[in-house]
Amino acid sequence: MRALLRRLWFYLVAAFAAITLNFFIPRMVPGSALQNFLAKMNTASLTPSQLQALEAQYGGGHQGLVAQYLTYLGNLFHGNLGMSTSLSTPVSTVLGNDLPWTIGLVGSATVIAFLVGTLIGVLAGWRRSGLLDSLLPAATFFQAVPYFILASLLMLTLGFYGGMFPTGGAYDTGRFATVTPGWNGPFMANVIDHAALPAATVALASIAGWIIGMRNMMITTMDEDYVLVAAAKGLPRWRVVAVAARNALLPSISNFALSISLVVTGSIVTEIVFNYAGVGREIFNAAQAADYPVMQGILLVVTFTVLGANLLADIVYVALDPRARKVA
Amino acid sequence: MTQTQTLNPSKATTGREVVLEIRGLDVDYGFGPDAVRAVSGADLTLHRGEVLGLAGESGSGKSTLAYALTRLLRAPGVITGGEVLFHSRPQGADAGPVETVDILAADAKELGRMRWSELAVVFQSAMHALNPVARIDAQLTDVLKAHRRHMSPAERRERAVELLRMVGISADRLRSYPHELSGGMRQRVMIAMSLALEPQVVIMDEPTTALDVVTQREILEELMLLRERLGFAVVFITHDLSLLLELADSIAVMYAGRIVERASAAELFRAPRHPYSLGLKGSFPSLHGERVRMEGIPGAPPSLKSMPSGCAFHPRCKFAVDRCKVDLPPLATPAMDRIDGLPDVSAPTPTQRVSSCWLHDGQQAAPDALALPFPTPVHLPDQVATAPNGDTASGADRVPSSTTVTHPTLGSTS
Amino acid sequence: MSPVLRPRRRSGGSGSRPRWLRSPKVAAGSLILLFFVLLAVFGPMAAPHSPEWQASTLDNVPHPPSSQFWLGTDVQQHDLFSQLLAGGRDTLLIAFVGGLVATALSVVVGVSAGFLGGKADEVLSILTNIFLALPGLLILMVVMKMMPDGDTGNPLLIGAVIALSAWAWGARVLRAQTLALRNQDYVDSARVVGEGRVRIILFEILPNLLPILASSFIFTVIYGIGAYASLAWLGLINPTNASWGTMLNTAQQFSATTSGTWWWYGPPALCIAFVGIALALLNFGIDEIVNPRMRSTRRGLRSKGPRFQLGLTPVVRAEEGTRP
Repeated sequence: MRALLRRLWFYLVAAFAAITLNFFIPRMVPGSALQNFLAKMNTASLTPSQLQALEAQYGGGHQGLVAQYLTYLGNLFHGNLGMSTSLSTPVSTVLGNDLPWTIGLVGSATVIAFLVGTLIGVLAGWRRSGLLDSLLPAATFFQAVPYFILASLLMLTLGFYGGMFPTGGAYDTGRFATVTPGWNGPFMANVIDHAALPAATVALASIAGWIIGMRNMMITTMDEDYVLVAAAKGLPRWRVVAVAARNALLPSISNFALSISLVVTGSIVTEIVFNYAGVGREIFNAAQAADYPVMQGILLVVTFTVLGANLLADIVYVALDPRARKVA
Repeated sequence: MTQTQTLNPSKATTGREVVLEIRGLDVDYGFGPDAVRAVSGADLTLHRGEVLGLAGESGSGKSTLAYALTRLLRAPGVITGGEVLFHSRPQGADAGPVETVDILAADAKELGRMRWSELAVVFQSAMHALNPVARIDAQLTDVLKAHRRHMSPAERRERAVELLRMVGISADRLRSYPHELSGGMRQRVMIAMSLALEPQVVIMDEPTTALDVVTQREILEELMLLRERLGFAVVFITHDLSLLLELADSIAVMYAGRIVERASAAELFRAPRHPYSLGLKGSFPSLHGERVRMEGIPGAPPSLKSMPSGCAFHPRCKFAVDRCKVDLPPLATPAMDRIDGLPDVSAPTPTQRVSSCWLHDGQQAAPDALALPFPTPVHLPDQVATAPNGDTASGADRVPSSTTVTHPTLGSTS
Repeated sequence: MSPVLRPRRRSGGSGSRPRWLRSPKVAAGSLILLFFVLLAVFGPMAAPHSPEWQASTLDNVPHPPSSQFWLGTDVQQHDLFSQLLAGGRDTLLIAFVGGLVATALSVVVGVSAGFLGGKADEVLSILTNIFLALPGLLILMVVMKMMPDGDTGNPLLIGAVIALSAWAWGARVLRAQTLALRNQDYVDSARVVGEGRVRIILFEILPNLLPILASSFIFTVIYGIGAYASLAWLGLINPTNASWGTMLNTAQQFSATTSGTWWWYGPPALCIAFVGIALALLNFGIDEIVNPRMRSTRRGLRSKGPRFQLGLTPVVRAEEGTRP
């Protein structure tokens, strides 16, 4: 428990750093932030109140930097992320609608990729010369290609030309839609159908990392004496593999932190390709409309999501490694 | 558990029945053209209840030999010849039919059954030999679960408690993780684990090298007591010859993958016949303060890839003659020991001593240092102490200890 | 294997190839990469037309590849082959600049954290972990959108910004390795002898970090290519900078993927993919050379060698073993 509390401190610092960075990003860009925005904003329909809100958020010149920062912190503390300039709704409302979709998509894809990749990695590491090993370079293909290309590839082959899965959206909408959003069977099936390709993209792109990481850790772990002891003790084969896999899993979990942010950003790009109803589409639309409050809100929320995922990984790690529990 | 073994450690009764037989064992690392020979034609005989020491510098092949005979040697180790026979006697039976297992011909299932239940291993570092993420009780009971199907969970737990108590650890440590135990305790757990199924042979690969000298002493003492009580035979691997001289009944000295001398501990201690044994012995202080100059062996052991011709030891041997560079000396009884005046029957000489050295082929007189008579009229000490040796880091800071292991053999002959 | 990789005359023989080229993965990766580097350097000069050149301003139907336009044309009648040749330069330049800057940053932060230890390590580690958690590509999206148009065309600036979001990965790995090296005997002895910190880092530690450096550099370049291509594809890079990503952006705007004009989006996507694959192969190969234990042992498939299994040392009698 004390180990976790110690880590919690890091997360507080990290969250604070992310908030501060979010404040400074628009101010680090050359020129006046507000003027940059106004110049790029292709909408003339900015109401005076919106302009005022923007001035408050990006420094219209009335306030000093410190005062702006404090105002920003105060707003944030109240869950106020500003107003969307293109949608005229609070950013928090916009994100509240998007976030569940993104978390559902990334979460399920990551869990699937982690489980399947770890399993394949265990087998590949255990049977060094197996067929699985020769598949490794193929797996790297998915890792080396940008998400949006992989996503387009899947969309074109399985979706557009293959016709097996829908090519866009999170569920059927429009006039011909037969499903009604809600917790009902047909709608859930429709959602899963729509999520299949984006989730497959995210899973395929990240699975190679899990496979290779787990395989290499298995090979390293199998050189440990305790695995040889397990074999010498006459334990059933699967128990010996389990001893090695259980230990090899630990570094794999701590590597989670190395990759999760890449996976999340990748899946946001994937959402854009599939026009999925999540944060990705929102940030793309916001970028098109130069809707800075939304963009920055998404930045902040995504960072927090990544930090949350890391915290979760930390908790799992502490639960799995008795040695981590002791370190105070 | 029934305890059948007599507590009488007299070699005359326990030393005769063979339990493990190794004939001409060859072990390679790698396969095909890249292969290097790591062990050549090793012959060893382990008698029931006996402690057989395997000594040599690191890289001499002693561990390779020990792991190969259990078929636990890791890739790229390959056994390329020889025989390993395990003469198993059903537990609790003093006499009766002996079942022989050909270990090199056994399949995974057969090995899985007989390993640990009849032939257990204690690894060098308990730190690495215990699964860091499993509790002690789980690691003690899983072996029971695998081999003793009939035991109930409660019985297994009881046995685990019993095992821990046997090595002097209280039952409340059952739920500990390895990292919560001290180094000595971990090695004790490892020993308890090896004895879980009451094996007939335990192979110990430098079991105390990683420990400090006091703990080392304590554990060895306990180990010898347990051995007397349970009657298992031990193959004890170490680079520390002086330790073996105390513990072992017989000793095989290995160099560059070959056994270069095999003799009883007393013989090897009093009168080594191979220059390498002499050098190895000289690397450690004399056991009872004889004024012998401490000298290591000059040079380093050869790499497996570039073995010297002839006797592999000749580049480092101060007695080397021309023949040593050309011909490999056979492992044979030294000429001077071949005379009819064989060692006394009461002396602990289960097998005839052998040495692989041209100096003992009878063609010339062996150098004095290698030709000490045995048995000697000299009084043998029953109290022995070890002192610094320069071999490894772990042994470097050893100091003479007041607690000594009284060796039954040496003790009985004094 | 290929005319490019002729064995050097003076040593001759097939076994004289340098070690790193003996790995087929490294060889294939370097070849592909070399091809694209040459393309990036000479492509724009070799292109028959400039990227902005239009064959006609009246026609608005994309034409499939022909003898005149090897890769066809897009809606605005740009010669896609010329665009493809010109489009590699910025992508590779930005990725390499990003890789270099990120690697330099990661060395500075990672090695100092690992070597100095204590409070410095703690602060630098927290910094590294924070940057690891930041969604780099999203920050780039926001920053690029905020930048004045002129700046989003500056390859060096974009490379540096990409590096800022990519150095943490390498720093974390380098820190761990430095920490391990710091406690090695030879580093200790150098310290005892009284060598200065900088000297120890430069001459004792850095050489041992080279494989990790190489791998982290390659990783960052892959990331940079992906990031730049994604940004361009999203339309956040000044569209006058011809690159594979901007080609994909225009293709996307005109729904090329769903109208069957494969010659429009296919080649640039393939180029991006191949550069990525080449780098991944290189990384894979380097990894195998540095950690031989991780190499795939295909022995069991190729030769009749023994099958190794944990706890079952193979027994191959000499009679059977030596004779094939």
